[in-house]
Amino acid sequence: MSNKKDNLVEVRGLTFKFGSRIIFDGIDLDLQRGKVTAIMGPSGTGKTTLLRLIGGQVRPSGGAISVDGHEVARLTRRELFELRKRMGMLFQSGALLTDLSVFDNVAFPLREHSGLPEAMVRDLVLMKLEAVGLRGAQRLMPSELSGGMARRVALARAIALDPMMIMYDEPFTGQDPISMGVLVKLIRDLNEVLGLTSIIVSHDVAETAAIADYIYVLSQGKVVGEGTPDELHHANSEWVRQFMQGMPDGPVPFHYPAADYAQELLSREGRR
Amino acid sequence: MSFFQQLGHHALAAFQRLGRANLFLWTVLVGVPGLLFRLRLLIQQLFAVGVLSLVIIVVAGLFVGMVLGLQGYYTLVDFGAEESLGVMVALSLVRELGPVVAALLFAGRAGSALTAEIGLMKTTEQLSGMEMMAVDPLKRVIAPRFVAGVLSMPLLAAIFSAVGVMGGYVAGVTLLGVDEGAFWSQMQGRVDFHEDIMNGVIKSVVFGVVVTWIALFEGYDAVPTSEGVSRATTRTVVYASLAVLGLDFVLTALMFGEV
Ligand SMILES: Nc1ncnc2c1ncn2[C@@H]1O[C@H](COP(=O)(O)OP(=O)(O)O)[C@@H](O)[C@H]1O
Ligand SMILES: [Mg+2]
Repeated sequence: MSNKKDNLVEVRGLTFKFGSRIIFDGIDLDLQRGKVTAIMGPSGTGKTTLLRLIGGQVRPSGGAISVDGHEVARLTRRELFELRKRMGMLFQSGALLTDLSVFDNVAFPLREHSGLPEAMVRDLVLMKLEAVGLRGAQRLMPSELSGGMARRVALARAIALDPMMIMYDEPFTGQDPISMGVLVKLIRDLNEVLGLTSIIVSHDVAETAAIADYIYVLSQGKVVGEGTPDELHHANSEWVRQFMQGMPDGPVPFHYPAADYAQELLSREGRR
Repeated sequence: MSFFQQLGHHALAAFQRLGRANLFLWTVLVGVPGLLFRLRLLIQQLFAVGVLSLVIIVVAGLFVGMVLGLQGYYTLVDFGAEESLGVMVALSLVRELGPVVAALLFAGRAGSALTAEIGLMKTTEQLSGMEMMAVDPLKRVIAPRFVAGVLSMPLLAAIFSAVGVMGGYVAGVTLLGVDEGAFWSQMQGRVDFHEDIMNGVIKSVVFGVVVTWIALFEGYDAVPTSEGVSRATTRTVVYASLAVLGLDFVLTALMFGEV
């Protein structure tokens, strides 16, 4: 495997803090061009924050992130915006503009950036909507869409400018089984057909393992496991196995740290 | 934390916020010239911010004018000066009540709506989404709303004053029988364009800037949760109203002080 050079995104020694709270404590990630890489971890580990760091919306406290050879934190605002035109991001909520129709949402980045004549914008929008199977929904407003449809519209919008990569923030959370299946297929297909590089951030183990080429597992600011889905299922680390197989108790305890149960029930001071 | 630590903490937080608010205003102002090429965005916001505030401004202006007519009459008639009612109504409105009451209503109607809208856009990641699409929300979303607010406020205040004068007329002339000719001619003679009307306009421009600024900043700076947005909306109305009343005193002292 000599494709070590072909990383679209490289994260080196990344540290990040919110105030005094350490979210990342020196993590290294390589995201290969053309692959689907998943970043998994329990809620609150900082997965969304990681995507924001890659997109340059927040700056690392230490370490470096490079995207397509550019170190994100060093770019000027203008360069950053140029880079972002080549990155699509699918937010957890879809983040559709609520005052614009489905069509106008997908047209939004094209109208803002491409300077194409309206007739061509229309053709492109219809093509993107067709790709996610929602050409028929073009006149609906975001409030009229189901959660799964909203995410597909957001996906159509994310690919409107033909980016080199797409970042998905929890694409499967809260989806019914059918939308889930649709999204899994879409993400995989788009990655192949458009030659994208995909980054999926998720805690839905089964769906993510089904489409990811490589998985990083994060916990408490560190990479605790990495490998292909198969490798992770048989990982040595008990913690990774607990996470991948979704067991309620294990190295990650079921209970939030608390005082002794019996003592607390019996103590008088705790009562009001 | 000790009391002093907390005090210092709050003070620092307040100053940080003030700094952010100033940076915010500056960045928005930088984005304003670009709007010349995107007039459609501005027109949409003029509608949302200005036109939709019209009803409350007109209704309130009418009632305030009528009350001024009644109260002014009862006071003036004791001195046999009820013919000056027109002047009194017009000056009160143009100098003070027009700009101030219109700004208070504007803060409640348009300001709270702006804060809630921007706050919700932040909560639902629409602003982040725009940034990731390489679109600057300060230019695309905030700047048009800011300009719309600043342009609407003096117009709304003028409409408020005009309708208020009509209200004063209805109460004074139609209901209480003040001489119509005196009502209008004294008003025409004594209301000065520079002294009174322009000063009122300046006030309402200042109020427009301040109210819109507070409303947009509170929305943009809101904690992105439903609770955060509702708090921000409340803060907008409280801060904007207090700012209007405080600034009115300062401006009045500056404008009408020496003469
Ligand atoms: N703006 C912020 N200020 C302070 N803490 C934050 C902020 N945003 C997120 N956090 C904290 O950082 C942690 C990581 O957040 P996030 O990246 O959203 O996690 P995930 O997406 O993995 O659930 C969370 O525990 C959250 O409480
Ligand atoms: Mg998240």
